[in-house]
Amino acid sequence: MPKPNGAGPNGSVSNGGQVTFLEAIKQAMFEEMERDPAVILMGEDVGVYGGAFKTSEGLLERFGWERVIDTPISESAIIGAACGMSYCGLRPICEMQFIDFIVCAFNQITNFVAKGHYLWNAPAPMVIRGPSGGGVHGGPFHSANPEMYFVHTPGLKVIYPSTPYDAKGLLKAAVRDNNPVLFFEHKFLYRRIKGEVPTEDYTVPIGKAVVRREGKHLTIISYAAMMHTSLEAAEALAEEGIEAEVIDLRTLLPLDEETILNSVKKTNKCLVVHEDTRTGGIAGEIAAILFEKAFDDLDGPLVRVTSLDTPVPYAPTLEEHFLPNAKKVFSAAKELARY
Amino acid sequence: MKKELTRRQYMDLYYYMRLNRAVEDMMVKLFRQNKIVGGLYSSLGQEAISVGTAYALEKKDWLAPMIRNIGALLVKGVRPRDIFMQHMAKYDSPTKGKDGTSHFGDLDDLHIVSPISMLGDLIPVMTGVAMAGRYLGQKTVAMTWIGDGGSSTGVFHEGLNFAATQKAPFVLILENNLWAYSTPVRKQVPLENLADRAKAYGIDSYIVDGNDIVAVYSTAKEAVERARAGEGPILIEAKSFRRMGHAQHDPAEYVPKEMRAYWEARDPVALYERFLLGEKLLDAKNKEEIEDKIDTLLAAEREFAEHSPMPPPEFAETGVYCTGDDCHKIRAKWERPIAEVTPPRASVKGVWTVPGFGSGKGSGGANAPIHFGDTQPAEHAAGDDAKSANGGKPAAKMATKATSKKNVKPGTPSASKKARR
Ligand SMILES: Cc1ncc(C[n+]2csc(CCOP(=O)(O)OP(=O)(O)O)c2C)c(N)n1
Ligand SMILES: [Mg+2]
Repeated sequence: MPKPNGAGPNGSVSNGGQVTFLEAIKQAMFEEMERDPAVILMGEDVGVYGGAFKTSEGLLERFGWERVIDTPISESAIIGAACGMSYCGLRPICEMQFIDFIVCAFNQITNFVAKGHYLWNAPAPMVIRGPSGGGVHGGPFHSANPEMYFVHTPGLKVIYPSTPYDAKGLLKAAVRDNNPVLFFEHKFLYRRIKGEVPTEDYTVPIGKAVVRREGKHLTIISYAAMMHTSLEAAEALAEEGIEAEVIDLRTLLPLDEETILNSVKKTNKCLVVHEDTRTGGIAGEIAAILFEKAFDDLDGPLVRVTSLDTPVPYAPTLEEHFLPNAKKVFSAAKELARY
Repeated sequence: MKKELTRRQYMDLYYYMRLNRAVEDMMVKLFRQNKIVGGLYSSLGQEAISVGTAYALEKKDWLAPMIRNIGALLVKGVRPRDIFMQHMAKYDSPTKGKDGTSHFGDLDDLHIVSPISMLGDLIPVMTGVAMAGRYLGQKTVAMTWIGDGGSSTGVFHEGLNFAATQKAPFVLILENNLWAYSTPVRKQVPLENLADRAKAYGIDSYIVDGNDIVAVYSTAKEAVERARAGEGPILIEAKSFRRMGHAQHDPAEYVPKEMRAYWEARDPVALYERFLLGEKLLDAKNKEEIEDKIDTLLAAEREFAEHSPMPPPEFAETGVYCTGDDCHKIRAKWERPIAEVTPPRASVKGVWTVPGFGSGKGSGGANAPIHFGDTQPAEHAAGDDAKSANGGKPAAKMATKATSKKNVKPGTPSASKKARR
């Protein structure tokens, strides 16, 4: 296997190719730091160790101590300092070692970082990223999907990609965006999926969903790891003659209403699949949008397949019961298709 | 008070203290006339701290005020009208009515970061400002303030500790005014001197009489220059007293009368005036001139503020996001060669060196074990069923989650995903 780019002090740059989700993220950081010296990386164990998941491996060697900063275990200080740096024209990327710890900096993010542009015209171009999600037996404190706390916060942008192509393109777009962007990386995907990413520079627009699979009988809306679960269910549904259209949201804030509405106006039925817990998940917001803007187009109830309203349990048997899976999506979709 | 400054410096300090007090006196009047929208906080008796510390900064340096640091804003160049209009929620105010009090900033010109209400949050933010200034080669110092009460927050610790590990050019002024709302300092912090907190971060600290402006300025100046020279962050405890209640609504009857009387007798403006008169730096005539100058200025500033309109209602909908270059052109102002922070010059050997023991190894390559959560190597997991995810086309199909097809018997962890801790 070729060495991922950025490895080694004189790191020969070999971008693009068939890469894992994780390598795509690393390439995005590498390329953005290469392109713009205002981009720096801060976080716990991101330097010498290369990050708990090795997402930043090689970056210290290439960009040096001033640009790849191993911080104390102080999430509020990491986010706060990044905010201060962003006020001075830098574009810091902050890694949360596990995204679960982002809530330790909840106040800094929601009160300081998010409100600055609205209140005093101070843009904060910074990215907060980290490994999220379950299905890997991380237990209640290493499996979180905290996206909705932040989707409820005006001033932030929230991204949760599902493919290497999108992860790289969206992370690059996030670094270049003038607003604070939260970038969630589903750790189940890190090394389980691979995909082609272009050699040349590209970005994926923030705020645009994508139709992953065309279909006419119903729409399945999902994102991140559940995207793949939904596609798998869609294949099984097709064998029974049900053609599901599958939408990957990619960005949760701002939400791409147009892509959602176009699809549901065509299929007249909508199923939302998310790994986040049920109450207050994005499905509720999508339901509200459909009731407001596509009420007459709906031929069935809005159906949700989500995790349970519990903390993420540790034992594999419990966690597997907690999470949605292709079978659950398949049954719910079949039920919905009958309307 | 020692005589060691230039006449100009002595007079500036006097002017700004008087201006600070006059601006706040005028706001009390506006408050009583119901012209101030929310609460009104007072720095009465603490003016020497705001003015003396901010006066130690250069124009290019950064500050972030707390709510009682009106004096620091005036020294940095904020116009009194902006302070009036902030409190009156006027459309011409720096935040155009979106926030009040000292909650405003100026990134481009004055180098002021807006505070938020959450106490202590500025400490990590100003640490970042200090680090950015150093990174860009600007040789700037960042300063902010915190109360005795605010020093009990978690971010105070996280921020100061981070600043210390980074040796950030940052000066933190701890205004110990003995009260945090209704709670006395001994219930906030079990220390006689709050400056002792610095020991926990391995940084230097000073204690200064916060009612002696010459001492405050001299101490702050030394701290600012040491921070600028790369000695790392410095904590200054300025001891004083909050003469008014927490805000206008609070009569502060919990404060013993004798305590108030003790501190009223040590009013920083009166003390300084006595010093200046004694040293013949000020006489009745210049004193009157200064008073007239301030009166004239503030009458005009107030006039302007009162005539400014309220923001139009729909303005509430605007400005949540920066829309791009048309909205803000963000650029770092480099004052050092970019080559120093870009490869090849920036590249290093990524290892820890422990004094007396040599170096460890760098990170272990792409196949190094990683934290629990993913123990499957990519080749194995995604090798043949991963397809292109190009251009927003259908995604790579990933290896099935163990849960989706297999029947998992209770108590049998799926074999492919062992947790590693
Ligand atoms: C984190 C946080 N908790 C509570 C408050 C409410 N509050 C505002 S000021 C204050 C007292 C502050 O005391 P101190 O830090 O000593 O500053 P002082 O008012 O004496 O200047 C409190 C409790 C707040 N602003 N922030
Ligand atoms: Mg106090």
